[in-house]
Parts: sequence; structure tokens; C-alpha cells
Amino acid sequence: MTVTTKMDGTKLTVSAEGKLGTSAAPELEKAVKDNIGGVTELVFDFAGLEYMASAGLRVLLSAAKVMKKQGGMKIINVTPPVMDVFTFTGMADVLDIETE
Amino acid sequence: MKELTIEATPENVDTVIEFVDEQLEAYGCGMRAQMAIDVAVDELFANIAHYAYNPDTGYATVRVDVLKDPLSVEITFIDHGKQYDPLAKEDPDTTLALEDRPIGGMGIFIVKKSMDEITYEYKDGKNILTIKKNI
Repeated sequence: MTVTTKMDGTKLTVSAEGKLGTSAAPELEKAVKDNIGGVTELVFDFAGLEYMASAGLRVLLSAAKVMKKQGGMKIINVTPPVMDVFTFTGMADVLDIETE
Repeated sequence: MKELTIEATPENVDTVIEFVDEQLEAYGCGMRAQMAIDVAVDELFANIAHYAYNPDTGYATVRVDVLKDPLSVEITFIDHGKQYDPLAKEDPDTTLALEDRPIGGMGIFIVKKSMDEITYEYKDGKNILTIKKNI
């Protein structure tokens, strides 16, 4: 998986490409943790994400809980296999998600 | 039928997923089904890696069978670790508000939702978990 971060004022965009499973999740977690301080708008761009396992879901849920207190969070360009996981777990109801 | 026996560590999750994908390559498995299978393999092998032999380490065997009529894939995970039936665990509440949601506990539930069949048995000191998905 490749993770890139872009800071624009207090808006942080985290893009993830590839496979977000057990082995890659710590990388995404670190990208969020290292940059989330002072952020008011957090965007995850998942355009290039092939799939996401529960390890990735954990990172997103933690980030969403932080952002609930300090601004907003959105996940964009979600592909069908990743959307399946959001739907199965009910996360689609509590997160701001835009599909591709 | 192909099988892989490998040390059950989180570092080997990707190797197991690659092994499963290789077995599916010849069958024109749809992308969405294949991704669901990859996620299921990630969840189940990671579970074994984290819990089966903790704090020691051990090996797990992953067996892949492709079946016809209907075309489906059956993947069996075998470990000799602690007896553990992941299916006995109560399903998580998927209707909770964001702030009330616990972090984690969704892995097996995702597998249950995405696979067509999932069975567990404990036999001769082995945990044997089998998933089946029509492709």
C-alpha cells in the first residue's frame, strides 16, 4: 500500500492506494497520527484502494472519533469492495462516504 | 487442491493472500469476489497469527480448493493452537452511534457477511475453519 498525505491549511488529505489489510494498516495509522493535530477537515481519498480489512476500519474509526471533536471527516472515491465492508459493518451509516 | 504451511505471524498475512490469489488466477474470478476473499483471508490468518499460539509461535496450513457447479472456492485454515471457535462470538451491534462504537471486533463479522458458507470444527487438537465463496 502507498500512503500520501497533503496538508492544506488545516485540511489534511490522506490518500491510500493498494491493499489496506493487517500488514498495511499501521502505515495508515501513523500517517493520521503524525498529522491530525490541529486538523479541522480530514479527507481520506480511497480512489486507488483495492480492498480494506477490519484493520483499516479500526484506523478510520479512531480517526473519526478524534475528528468528531475537532472538525469533520470524509472518505471519498470509495470503490465497491471497500464500500461492501462499510455496508456490512454499519459504518456506512455513521461516516461521511462518497463512492467513486 | 493446493496448500501452504507457514508460520502464523502477522508478517506472513500478505504471503498467504498472494498464495490464495495465485490459485484463483486461472478461474476468472470477479474482482469484487476476489477482494472479498482477500479480506476474509486477511482476517482469518491474522486472527490465527495474533491468538492461536500467543505468546508462542506456531504454524498454520491454508488449503485452497476450487469446486465446480457452481464455481466456488473453498479455503480451509488449520492450526494446532488453543481451541477457539470464532463463530461462537456474538455479532457486533452495527447500529451504534459513532462515539459508542468499540474499536475492533469486526473482522470475523465481515467474513460471515461476505462469504457464502463458514464452518468451524475442532478435531484431533486442530482448529479447522472453512470458508466458501461462489465466484
